[in-house]
Amino acid sequence: MATSLNGSKAAGVVARAQALFDDLSFATARAWKAAEPGRKVVGYLPIYVPREIIHAAGMLPLGIVGGGDQLEVIHGDAYYQSYICRIPRSTVELGVSGRLDFVDGMLFPSICDVIRNLSGMWKMMFPNVYVRYFDVPQNYKDDIGGNYYVNELSELTEALGELRGKPISDDELRHSISVFNENRRLVRELYAFRAERPWQMPAAEVYLVLRAGLVLPVEEHSKMIRDYLAAAEQDERPRRDNCRVVLTGVFCEQPPLNLIKSLELSGCYVVDDDLLLVTRWLTADVAIEGSPLQNLALAFLHHSEATAAKYEPNLSEKGQHLVRAVRRTGAEGVIFACPSFCDPALLERPMLQHVLKDAGIPYIAFKYAENSGQMQPIREQAGTFADSIKLWSGA
Amino acid sequence: MTVITTPKAAPRKPVAKDDSMVKQKEMMAAHYDRLTSVPQTGEKVCATFVPGNLNELIKCFDLLNNLPEVNAIQSGLRKQSGAYVLEAEKIGHSEDVCTYVKSDIGMMAKGNIGPNGKRLPDPDVLLLSYTGCFTFMKWFELLREQYKCETIMLHTPYMGDGKITKNMIEYMVKQLKEEVIPTLERISGVKFDIDRLREHLKKSAVAEDDLVAVLQSAKSKPSPIDAYFGGIYYIGPIFGAFRGTDDAIDYYRFLRAEVDERLAAGQGPVTPDGDMGKEKYRLVVEGPPNYTHFRQFWKMFYDEGAVVVASSYTKVGGVYDFGFRHDPDKPLETLAEYCLGVYTNRSLPMRIDMLANYIDEYAADGLLINSIKSCNSFSAGQLLIMREVEKRTGKPAAFIESDLVDPRYFSAANIKNRLESYFQMIEQKRAGARAAA
Repeated sequence: MATSLNGSKAAGVVARAQALFDDLSFATARAWKAAEPGRKVVGYLPIYVPREIIHAAGMLPLGIVGGGDQLEVIHGDAYYQSYICRIPRSTVELGVSGRLDFVDGMLFPSICDVIRNLSGMWKMMFPNVYVRYFDVPQNYKDDIGGNYYVNELSELTEALGELRGKPISDDELRHSISVFNENRRLVRELYAFRAERPWQMPAAEVYLVLRAGLVLPVEEHSKMIRDYLAAAEQDERPRRDNCRVVLTGVFCEQPPLNLIKSLELSGCYVVDDDLLLVTRWLTADVAIEGSPLQNLALAFLHHSEATAAKYEPNLSEKGQHLVRAVRRTGAEGVIFACPSFCDPALLERPMLQHVLKDAGIPYIAFKYAENSGQMQPIREQAGTFADSIKLWSGA
Repeated sequence: MTVITTPKAAPRKPVAKDDSMVKQKEMMAAHYDRLTSVPQTGEKVCATFVPGNLNELIKCFDLLNNLPEVNAIQSGLRKQSGAYVLEAEKIGHSEDVCTYVKSDIGMMAKGNIGPNGKRLPDPDVLLLSYTGCFTFMKWFELLREQYKCETIMLHTPYMGDGKITKNMIEYMVKQLKEEVIPTLERISGVKFDIDRLREHLKKSAVAEDDLVAVLQSAKSKPSPIDAYFGGIYYIGPIFGAFRGTDDAIDYYRFLRAEVDERLAAGQGPVTPDGDMGKEKYRLVVEGPPNYTHFRQFWKMFYDEGAVVVASSYTKVGGVYDFGFRHDPDKPLETLAEYCLGVYTNRSLPMRIDMLANYIDEYAADGLLINSIKSCNSFSAGQLLIMREVEKRTGKPAAFIESDLVDPRYFSAANIKNRLESYFQMIEQKRAGARAAA
């Protein structure tokens, strides 16, 4: 493992992750595809797809989370009104500008009406690409939502088998489940480490390392996390007098990297978040024995993250995931950062805020877009929040 | 001494209404009276949404249907929604989200007064027929938080691949059998009777036949109806609390006879200012209307001789013009099929096909999209829809923007200006076609 000039062992890993983040041409994924004839790449949008199935087909799952603040959106704006969020327009920009011309399939998960409708747009705009709206159940009973979901997974498995020209076997699925189980275990370890010693793992670094998992083969990503964990253990970084916060609302359109950095610079250690949930959507290992699709379905129904795109059948459980995250990580407050015009995040927000209020947990809220450039107001808001926690919290 | 006299305002011209509209308004008013009389009658209330509403099933449990979107529309038409939206924003709801939701929540915060001036009852159950719109899910979670009542989720999968699969139907039927019906039985205290459901479904199909005949009368030239502004009155009973009832059968029979008469007489639609003059432009409209300035908006069309001959909004509570009818022989499957088929649950390519076909079938001059800030389910992708329909039909399309019930997003001058330009565009296109002939 290389040690960088500034002495940080993690820096080498972070630099690689940063390079992947900055690359809007997806050179690594292109190179992976070109390395062997017949390889295929399947893109997916937030919030969750079972990447195991794509992997089992021998394909590269490629996470597409918009264009960030470095992509100039020229064509994409012609497809959307001003009151629609930014992620679909920059995703269209990636598509029409040819940056995704190597992608053989695209999955549009069930997250909101905008991404849902984008699935139909993609079908119209890129007729040669395999496009699927990936629906998930909002009913969590095994024999109702579970059966439906197993059949949906089965359709996807069949379709990807057709795309590669050979059916996907159960053994291939089992192998992929085990590879992704390991990756999720490492992601959980990463989050646990940061919650314990956030000064050793700045939020922006954790984000970059996590984000690399959207473009790298999962095996390579697992190695990257391992390297980063080992480096973070060895590095000695200064501990600041920051407060500890949970960042929420950032599950689809991504905040600019500078926004994440700004939060820490203004006095808030991010000890948990809902960034890139696909990397840890399933909160426990998926069983290997038995029917792989059934196992993926059961994991979805009973061991998956709570988020705004999912219906919560139990009123008393609503928002409790956030309270638990605060308690688990020792956070002192919650920052709601929601993308402008994001229906799920913004409609959910008042309900979550009521739950936090009842639990006596302080919070602040602001909006952003993936290309927000002006961080000063956010710094001031987050800084004031951090000060208020330090000065006036019940502790 | 100078005496300033203010001239008396001219007496306001009475709004012209055809008999069916009077009848429709009486039905809606009666329903609201029934709802607000619940404290006296003891009837139980089921709040549910228009797209994918299961009125036939709800009626099997003697429950009264209350539709939050319709309440928001009523608030919009009565110029009350603006204050309600502001109230909701004041208590923490984002300015970015759906104004139906905020109007509803603001109305609750201000006493939940219905259009008849009386307090609307709290629902006994929220039946979330989650069809074609993600916001519905959050909306019902927000209502559940307020009312603390039981909520039933009926998840309708989206027709992303343009087809209804066996898996979708089985999933929905199972939800109906194992979740929706048992919960409604428990809450209402009424045992489910499938024959009663069949009876309601039979009645639905009769009214649906007449509704389709009315909407398709717009294929004639001149069209005897306006299938958007007038169409909103026509869909009221069947999309609301009356589908599956004798009242709906009577209303649609009456409406059809009235429209047939106009058709036979070669008359155009009735507008609030009386009979529409000469039909000059025939339009297909995509998207919901604005309700805070509904008459002003309509007037911009009929003043120019523009009639809407087909609209997607009148399919939001059910698409019947391709042959679907509620089928008493497969009572639960038909409810599933109905929910799956509503307009906003159809994929974008399906919507494009529908609109392009309407332009041909109804001999329209073009497509007008009223893009609604509040409604991503409709709005996301409309610019592509516009270009695609234009490409396929060779007819001009235009795009205007407003909102459902937020008066801040209705810019009359802007919309009028765009409509006038659009009508000029149609004229030019016609002139070009004549010159080429």
